Amino acid sequence: MSDFSEELKGPVTDDEVETSVLTGAGMHFPWLQTYVETVAIGGKRKKDFAQTTSACLSFVQEALLKHQWQQAAEYMYSYFQTLEDSDSYKRQAAPEIIWKLGSEILFYHPKSNVETFNTFADRMKNIGVMNYLKISLQHALYLLHHGMLEDAKRNLSEAETWRHGENTSSRGILINLIQAYKGLLQYYTWSKKKMELSKLDKDDYAYNAVAQDVFNHSWKTSANISALIKIPGVWDPFVKSYVEILYQIVPSHKLMLEFHTLLRKSEKEEHHKLGLEVLFGVLDFAGCTKNITAWKYLAKYLKKTLMGNHLAWVQDEWNSRKNWWPSFHFSYFWAKSDWKEDTALACEKAFVAGLLLGKGCRYFRYILKQDHQILGKKIKRMKRSVKKYSIVNPRLSY
Amino acid sequence: MDLEEAEEFKERCSQCAAVSWGLTDEGKYYCTSCHNVTERSQEVINTDLIPNAQIKALNRGLKKKNNSEKGWDWYVCEGFQNILCQQAEALKNLGIGPELKNDVLHNFWKRYLQKSKQAYCKDPVYTTGRKPTVLEDNLSHSDWASEPELLSDVSCPPFLESGAESQSDIHTRKPFPISRASQSETSVCSGSLDGVEYSQRKEKGIVKMTVPQTLAFCYLSLLWQREAITLSDLLRFVEEDHIPYINAFQHFPEQMKLYGRDRGIFGIESWPDYEDIYKKTIEVGTFLDLPRFPDITEDCYLHPNILCMKYLMEVNLPDEMHNLTCHVVKMTGMGEVDFLTFDPIAKMAKTVKYDVQAVAIIVVVLKLLFLLDDNLEWSLSNLAEKHNEKNKKDKPWFDFRKWYQIMKKAFDEKKQKWEEARAKYLWKSEKPLYYSFVDKPVAYKKREMVVNLQKQFSTLVDSTATAGKKSPSSFQFNWTEEDTDRTCFHGHSLQGVLKEKGQSLLTKNSLYWLSTQKFCRCYCTHVTTYEESNFSLSYQFILNLFSFLLRIKTSLLHEEVSLVEKKLFEKKYSVTKKKSRSKKARRH
Repeated sequence: MSDFSEELKGPVTDDEVETSVLTGAGMHFPWLQTYVETVAIGGKRKKDFAQTTSACLSFVQEALLKHQWQQAAEYMYSYFQTLEDSDSYKRQAAPEIIWKLGSEILFYHPKSNVETFNTFADRMKNIGVMNYLKISLQHALYLLHHGMLEDAKRNLSEAETWRHGENTSSRGILINLIQAYKGLLQYYTWSKKKMELSKLDKDDYAYNAVAQDVFNHSWKTSANISALIKIPGVWDPFVKSYVEILYQIVPSHKLMLEFHTLLRKSEKEEHHKLGLEVLFGVLDFAGCTKNITAWKYLAKYLKKTLMGNHLAWVQDEWNSRKNWWPSFHFSYFWAKSDWKEDTALACEKAFVAGLLLGKGCRYFRYILKQDHQILGKKIKRMKRSVKKYSIVNPRLSY
Repeated sequence: MDLEEAEEFKERCSQCAAVSWGLTDEGKYYCTSCHNVTERSQEVINTDLIPNAQIKALNRGLKKKNNSEKGWDWYVCEGFQNILCQQAEALKNLGIGPELKNDVLHNFWKRYLQKSKQAYCKDPVYTTGRKPTVLEDNLSHSDWASEPELLSDVSCPPFLESGAESQSDIHTRKPFPISRASQSETSVCSGSLDGVEYSQRKEKGIVKMTVPQTLAFCYLSLLWQREAITLSDLLRFVEEDHIPYINAFQHFPEQMKLYGRDRGIFGIESWPDYEDIYKKTIEVGTFLDLPRFPDITEDCYLHPNILCMKYLMEVNLPDEMHNLTCHVVKMTGMGEVDFLTFDPIAKMAKTVKYDVQAVAIIVVVLKLLFLLDDNLEWSLSNLAEKHNEKNKKDKPWFDFRKWYQIMKKAFDEKKQKWEEARAKYLWKSEKPLYYSFVDKPVAYKKREMVVNLQKQFSTLVDSTATAGKKSPSSFQFNWTEEDTDRTCFHGHSLQGVLKEKGQSLLTKNSLYWLSTQKFCRCYCTHVTTYEESNFSLSYQFILNLFSFLLRIKTSLLHEEVSLVEKKLFEKKYSVTKKKSRSKKARRH
């Protein structure tokens, strides 16, 4: 007997206990509750339309959670009528909800395919003007997911030129995102082309054509992204790709230093190596010879690299430069001139020179000879490090 | 197509959002960038540019061109008449005799038109300056027998067929043509001639027609004919789309255009509510000054003795309970002709809730037999179970617990399916309702969009799952003896809960508790309230079950149960029961 009365009762939660106490004590008008609820909507009773569409929405969501795609589609079929809701507020909110749920269903439903998705996305984009951008962006991401890069890019290009609808702040953000992703796709294409190029031999007749193509592409892409990153926001993934392109085409760009910082902070070894390359790259150019930051970075990084036993990296970089860097950066003339102009710069350069050319090089010796009232301690440290880590040092050749 | 740019049209194309229009040969605007043709024609736009003064020109212009854009002239009450016609036809298809449509409903409606001064009277409501060319009051006497053939025919729509023709018959109910000018002076418009005015009309003493009220008319007619359909049946048929209601306006003739204010009048987005329709039935009955309805006698379907049997069968309770319900009916006087028959003029016109009353009686009987205090019913079930195990060859004793298990399962399943069907219900019709001409292309475009989306998704749905419409049935649950999966309790015996005392039978249960201790005496519409947590779970289950069956609120049923008890315990009785002791209503 008791089992079944228990069955009837069900678990009693704290809430239930509370309410029964309340109702036991005071007056309760259940019918009043429904009227109170209508105060928000101006005293009119809630229509059954609103109640059933809201229930329909719950069913769709439940089906999605349980991965019952067929059921979800069934309920979605009925939910479309909210596009015609006589309540204007709900009617305006409908397209977004329908897009979110519908795209989810079409993504997973076994009978759905890219074709279906595209039709759906195109339809939803054109319902009113408020949703075009957002849906375009998500549509493009869907296509990306399915590896259809060209289609995605086309989509984004179309969306970029969308000129209708209000000029709200969210619209601005969406446009930026669209441009960003488009840029990213262009970067990807550029990257692929570069890989192609690297496989070609320089003497191959196609090389020049491909190289030219890559170059053009680079400029186009970088132009897009550069405009973008001027806008405040967090653009890291896009910046990385931008900078990489720039590094190829303009290694001396001042962004390279930032790039180096990013690379240095990365956890990947290959990034660390690239970081070194980038620094050397920057200082290859005449315009940067006096850039103290670059020298500071290089000094520090060289030491770090050598301490980390990556002599090979340094040697790699130095090999192509050892013939011309000494006279380009570390001549006697430069030593005198740098010291006169900027002692800090001279010190950094000296350190680098010492590490690369050994303590016997002219630049290093000259700086050391100067009066070091202020930089005394630093010079001493530098001397020690050079002694220890210089690549010329026979001690480190093992 | 004419490539000339239509400068004056400044709207954005609904398909491509460009503003670049040309004119087709028919004078309609089309978008020169995507070639989307609109329904807007130049004439209409031009008159927009020339405000107020030229409205009459608009009228004249349209009439000359016989533009099908505006359609026929029609009145709101014609719309209602059309709906009533459709409903009567549907009832006929359900098996109701044709007299309901041709005679009863017809007459009620005419009487209504007369009483509300919309037709058949000296000064119909539409007089605005022009004298009516019509009508004497032929229906001043309430004699139903003689009936001139005024409403020309009985097929729908009677009004409109003559609308297109001339006004040859002065007896046609259309009082006279109203000039659109008086209406179009307001900024709101409607497809009907008097839509705006109708929605604003507030005449004292007149019961204004609404779509829910059409069901009141139907019910009155059914009641007059004493047909075997209760109000809850009727409303359930409406919910199941066997009777036109939600988008009844869809079946108006093509030329009867609906828009603007008509939306509010004919565009219903809620199912009818039992209490609402019940109230309207009484209101209309009273307003129409109807005489006493034909008697509800013991052989009528609506008599509680018969209805109780029906509901007992439907919820799988033993036939033997019927004896008890009949006794209760007798004791309370609820089987009396005067109690049951609807008489609008009489003060106590509050009956006619036949279904709710019958069900309330069953609830009372269940309480008498099982007490329903979450205790006794289970003890009695134990006894029944023991007995049944020992005596497998005899007629089994009714086991409340077993019944509860089976019934609860069936009920939960049914309710779940019902909720799912409701969530999937499609409210919007193929014929979209729009605010005005400006709105029309947008509304149609939206509809097109919805249809396309639905088509796309219907390919994702397994077609076998979407079964066809169920055929209407009076019974929602069916139980047969042959079904081995689910026990049928119809033939079970109440021996386990009754005992003999001399010549009479008494219930083993000697206690009772009242659903309502004290009735409210103020002027509110309810005489009692229902707070679930104050009552036993068994009682709640029973109420939920029956309320679902009738699609009513549990509070309504609870109230009716209380009223039955009030009658029952006012009198003394001896035959089947010991004297009951009333118990305070349960509190947790």
